Amino acid sequence: MDELRVVGRKIKKSFSGRTIFSDVSFELACHEGLGVVGKNGAGKSTLAKIVAALLSPTDGTIDVEVSGEKVAQWRRHEFVGFVAPYLQLYEEFSAWENLDIFRRIRGLPISDKHILSLLERVGLALWKADTVRTYSSGMKQRLKYASALLHQPPLLILDEPRSNLDSEGIEIINEIMEQQVDRGILVVATNEKEDLQSCQQIIDLEIYA
Amino acid sequence: MTARSQILGWTGGTWTIFVKDFRSELRTRYALNALIMFVVTTLSIILFALGNESASAELLSGVLWIIVFFSAMSGLSRAFVSEEERGTVMTLHLIARPSIVYFGKLLFNLILLVMINLLTVVLYLTLVTNFVIRSYDVFIMTMTLGTMGLASASTIIAAIIAKANVKGTLFPVLSFPILLPLLLTVIKATQLSVDGAAFSQAAGEFRVLISYLLVIITTSYLLFDFVWKD
Repeated sequence: MDELRVVGRKIKKSFSGRTIFSDVSFELACHEGLGVVGKNGAGKSTLAKIVAALLSPTDGTIDVEVSGEKVAQWRRHEFVGFVAPYLQLYEEFSAWENLDIFRRIRGLPISDKHILSLLERVGLALWKADTVRTYSSGMKQRLKYASALLHQPPLLILDEPRSNLDSEGIEIINEIMEQQVDRGILVVATNEKEDLQSCQQIIDLEIYA
Repeated sequence: MTARSQILGWTGGTWTIFVKDFRSELRTRYALNALIMFVVTTLSIILFALGNESASAELLSGVLWIIVFFSAMSGLSRAFVSEEERGTVMTLHLIARPSIVYFGKLLFNLILLVMINLLTVVLYLTLVTNFVIRSYDVFIMTMTLGTMGLASASTIIAAIIAKANVKGTLFPVLSFPILLPLLLTVIKATQLSVDGAAFSQAAGEFRVLISYLLVIITTSYLLFDFVWKD
């Protein structure tokens, strides 16, 4: 999706009168990655959520544009994949059921084979019928990647991408990040330098506090 | 994307949210057990309180809707509160547009309330001896429109209170003034059905109920975007 752009203009976020960051601006084109760094409490997760349209900025704008046209906020979810440790999936359902539900809610014309290949990619195919409640935290994190990639999002946002993952899981997400920059835009909010390898731009939120 | 495919996608998404919630409810019994126990317990208390006294049919019409109202208050907030408590609100934000979430949850609340009200009515008609319906067409229409109105209003209020700290108290407190016009109308229409009124005699009440339903659903649809956004 070469026509995709993400533009943040003077983004400010405050909670109960306390400003977390202000005047954050950036512009991302296809095949670019943005790293968001900063100490604990700097607002990395907050900025990631704002880009994903999960939170509204106190001031400023964040636009996703396709071929110069802004994508309406209510359609942002069609273009965004999001992974974070605090994201929860439906624990009473299995991995397969979760992905099937997301496929149907999104109205995606994808086959069962595609879902199976996603689960294989994140190393969960053997446990696809087990309820998520029985999963370890690392397995849940892998399933979040599968759900984020289901609709092949042009914009992938990762908050603490290697959280709860073992070395095999980290290899998988390194590959995911590289592939994402190849075909779209990647945003990574992280404290780990190794996660920034695919990021050409870095924002240090401590500067914007 | 053509208009037809958009409509099909929207309908499919709404239906999937309903099915997800229904299957989740069957697996977790999050609201169902509480609702069934509430109806059985409340009816038992009413029967004990009545004893051998024969209350008037008008009073019993009101008591029926007290049971229906409070069972709705104990169960219908779960559609949104359960998502907040489990932390899956963000997931829903990421996969569905607001209108799909709203109508999917509305459908779930409607079906849940239909099931509970069927149980309530069957038990009420069976166990409360002085409550005899003489116009079943009026009664069925009243229960149908009343259930739809109750589910519609409860769904948007549930979405509003889901983020609050004191959800349990806030839900009935916010619901009562909004549901009051509905409750007064359905109680009146139920009394008419007990009195044996013809369908045309209750037409005024039905018009009020249909208008209420249209206003609530339209307002909810327009407001939901703002309620849902963080």
